[in-house]
Amino acid sequence: MADCNDTLRELETFLDGELAERARVTIRAHLEGCPDCLQTFDFQAELKAVIAERCRRDDLPPGLLERIERCFDTGLADR
Amino acid sequence: MPFAPQLYSAALRMTRNQADAEDLVQEAYLRAYRGFGGFTEGTNLRAWLFRILTNAYINIYRARQRRPFETDLADVEDLYLYRRLGTLDTMLASRSAEDQLFDLLTDDEVKQALEDLPEIFRLPVLLADVEGFSYKEIAEMLDIPIGTVMSRLHRGRKAMQKALFDFAHARGLAGASTGVSSEGTDDG
Repeated sequence: MADCNDTLRELETFLDGELAERARVTIRAHLEGCPDCLQTFDFQAELKAVIAERCRRDDLPPGLLERIERCFDTGLADR
Repeated sequence: MPFAPQLYSAALRMTRNQADAEDLVQEAYLRAYRGFGGFTEGTNLRAWLFRILTNAYINIYRARQRRPFETDLADVEDLYLYRRLGTLDTMLASRSAEDQLFDLLTDDEVKQALEDLPEIFRLPVLLADVEGFSYKEIAEMLDIPIGTVMSRLHRGRKAMQKALFDFAHARGLAGASTGVSSEGTDDG
């Protein structure tokens, strides 16, 4: 059974989906019985989602794709 | 062109300005076009394109940087932002500090917090948290060991949390009652 320290140590690998199945099960079991750790994990998961969402909303500058296509067309790409 | 908006957003986070980001995306597509033989059918096209983009950025822009790498990121304690949520409880009692914090932070502030990270931390955080690549994919893109990816992610994320807290603090949401602020470090 993982204690709070073991669990928090794996917070990032868990949220990143990088833990092996057995370790995931252990962490989940701890989270089910530990509101403090669960709250911590929830916050970090939401923070990760907020960062992802806010950092990929940029409009493509008008004309960029056309400019790149012209490079392909003019054979610049075959240098 | 597949994944153009994603590549452009990532290029903006890397180069931190629009003109360079446009050039970088163009360079990445040209490299992809020339090197398409290097792509194996059935493998992950997005990961392949991001690998080209990342390599192009490192080749072109890292070489251009005059200043030495900023590897001395200030050490920030674990769960920096989470541990300070209690100090954010100064506005609407009916809503959680967490929700208020995430609503308050603007897109530009979150982007800024990421872009202000030194490059060796910025790239792993961008590739993991924004683009969702695995440690293994990031290790291959950056040509560093997986353990290094993990430690840079850990330190970069903490520094980003401190930057986000500082934004909230500057906007008057945080620290008013308890005096907890960005202690312990200089400007980092």
